[in-house]
Amino acid sequence: MNGPSTFSAVATILGKDLRVELRTLQSIPAMVLFSTTIYVIFRFGLDRTQLDGGLATGVLLVTILFAALLAINRLFVAEREQGGFEAIRLAPVDGTALFLAKALALLVYLTILELFAIPVFWLFFLDSGTGLLPMLPVVLLLNGALATTGALISPIATNSTARDLIGPLILLPLLVPPMVAASAAGAKLLLAGGPDYDKYASWLGALGLYDAIFLLIGWAVFDFLLED
Amino acid sequence: MNPNRLRTLAIITAALIGAGFALVFFWVPNEADQGFIQKIFYLHVPLAIIALAGFVIGGIHAIRHLRTGDPVHDMRAYVSIHTSVIFGVAVLITGAIWAKASWGRWWVWDEPTLVSFLIVFLLYATYYPLRYAIPDRERQGRYASVFAIAAGAFVPLNFMVVRMAQSLVHPRTFATADGGLPGDMWVGFLVCFAGIAMLWLTLVCFEMTAKRTSAQLSRLRRALDGTARAGGGVGARIAPGTANVPS
Amino acid sequence: MAEPAPEPALRASSLSQAYGESWVLRDVSFELPAGGTLAVIGPNGAGKSTLLQVLATLLRPSSGSVSVLGSELPGSAWKLRGRLGYLGHSPLLYRDLAAAENLRFHARLFGLPAEGAERIADLLERVGLAHRASTRVGEMSAGMVKRLAVCRALLHDPEMLVLDEPLANLDPAGADVVAPLLGPRRGRSRVLVTHDVAAALSGADRVLALTREGSVAFEAPAAEVDPDRARSIYSEESLRGAMA
Repeated sequence: MNGPSTFSAVATILGKDLRVELRTLQSIPAMVLFSTTIYVIFRFGLDRTQLDGGLATGVLLVTILFAALLAINRLFVAEREQGGFEAIRLAPVDGTALFLAKALALLVYLTILELFAIPVFWLFFLDSGTGLLPMLPVVLLLNGALATTGALISPIATNSTARDLIGPLILLPLLVPPMVAASAAGAKLLLAGGPDYDKYASWLGALGLYDAIFLLIGWAVFDFLLED
Repeated sequence: MNPNRLRTLAIITAALIGAGFALVFFWVPNEADQGFIQKIFYLHVPLAIIALAGFVIGGIHAIRHLRTGDPVHDMRAYVSIHTSVIFGVAVLITGAIWAKASWGRWWVWDEPTLVSFLIVFLLYATYYPLRYAIPDRERQGRYASVFAIAAGAFVPLNFMVVRMAQSLVHPRTFATADGGLPGDMWVGFLVCFAGIAMLWLTLVCFEMTAKRTSAQLSRLRRALDGTARAGGGVGARIAPGTANVPS
Repeated sequence: MAEPAPEPALRASSLSQAYGESWVLRDVSFELPAGGTLAVIGPNGAGKSTLLQVLATLLRPSSGSVSVLGSELPGSAWKLRGRLGYLGHSPLLYRDLAAAENLRFHARLFGLPAEGAERIADLLERVGLAHRASTRVGEMSAGMVKRLAVCRALLHDPEMLVLDEPLANLDPAGADVVAPLLGPRRGRSRVLVTHDVAAALSGADRVLALTREGSVAFEAPAAEVDPDRARSIYSEESLRGAMA
């Protein structure tokens, strides 16, 4: 039997996820609320009302990272509890389609989160938003890293006996390199005196390389996570 | 592995490490800038290189495990990573001692190699809770292999990014002003390196043998149980987890 | 679509299945000719559902050899994707999607032309859920969910049905609606787990009876099985267990 193309399978699964999210609002509102609360905690934790440079980047990126963990934790719960893993294994569909669809779903969630979280960050902490524009490619590539590693590690965590623990435990060290790269780029971009583009391209390159490598790894090994 | 080969391995390891330390302490001259404390280099650097190599070897076993489905490769991946994590603890301790002696502090953040190593160590430390959290042996092996492959690719990426982010202040023992390590230091280093490499290999072989033996034991025990209880039904069949899963 | 295969629909020899440290199935062997129906009976905990999950390629056999529609498991399990209709205890439906949305999701995953719109409408009509097409699965009764799961399993007109107590959770009316859909058909092999021994003997070609330990009590053509002997596996086993 000929199955659908990988592209069509990805579109089907992604469409299902977005439809369910739109209907149940399980992830995105929680991420938005969570990020705003983290800003408030940073404001008092750091005892600063204005941020710039490395501190500003750190607050923004760590907030995105933590909010992403919320979505990653929930990413495969419906597949496990409502039989999605089995359904996809019975269908003439490549397991890779599930990986790609979930990574894309995470990308969509993160983009929507950032449509709120970045303006709020500007409003709360920054004098001028000029550094935020060149920061966008950095954040988008960081989203890529969060999406690929998240879609790879989340099913492992979901199928373990300690989902909430295993996911963040593995993901946090795994995400150190892209966080390092994005922070290093951002520290220069968000300087109070205006963005400095020193090594900007190298950092984007490093982030892109990380995204590409984890995309390939996910592509290569994801089928093994679906078997039983 | 048969006990004679294990014993030979252990003797070679002990001889190499003994010879290496003897060379380093009694023959190789003290390094000009750092003096005696620099000798920790002959322990710290080989341990770090071997630990990282062990992580990558674990990743290669993991690829073979996923390809063949043979649990023996999973066991090799586990033992390689496990031994490297133990070496990793030693790397961090010796690194801290060296940092204390060189810079007067137990930990320095602007030392990219040590920081990278810490990150790699933290990632591999999650290998254990991951395995414990998956009760089914076959699935546990598969997931652990996926982890080992991702982490194996992570190692070079991590070193690259952390190095990019920081200034280079590591004692560049390999690249001094007059073009590298002097000859006698190289000899000392290589003997120590060979000794530590053999130590890693010996520990891996010991643990593999121990694991095989205990698997065999529980298989025999199960066979006994099986014949006693079910009247010989599945008694002779291979135990799960250690079995050669048909693939 | 379902061309009669020269090889048997199912063949298992010395299949054993382990769950952690304990064996759920022990040394199970059977064969089912193409187009036939195999009924699996046995007391609770005999490993019937596990056996069906193995046959549906959802569980990897621990040892022994199994082939389904000529494909050896687990190596060639991928060849079976899209050819089996599996109906287990879990409906494999998303609670937050409506009935028709769930079926459309599966139709797309199975690559059905035009997203299987006609087929979906037809199946919903036949199980009496046409008026519930836009009701979310989470708001349906267990019986309705079961009927919807039947539609899901039949959507792609599979060559083989793997049915785990297909009539459980259904009231007599629901069972009457569903039974003909799942019944024998030319070119379609079936394996079904049931507790209804009479139905197993009348509706199946072969019967596989499992003991409480997960080994084979007997495996025979349905016509040759004495109903009392079949029923006795439920009591005899507990008796033997008590004596041992």
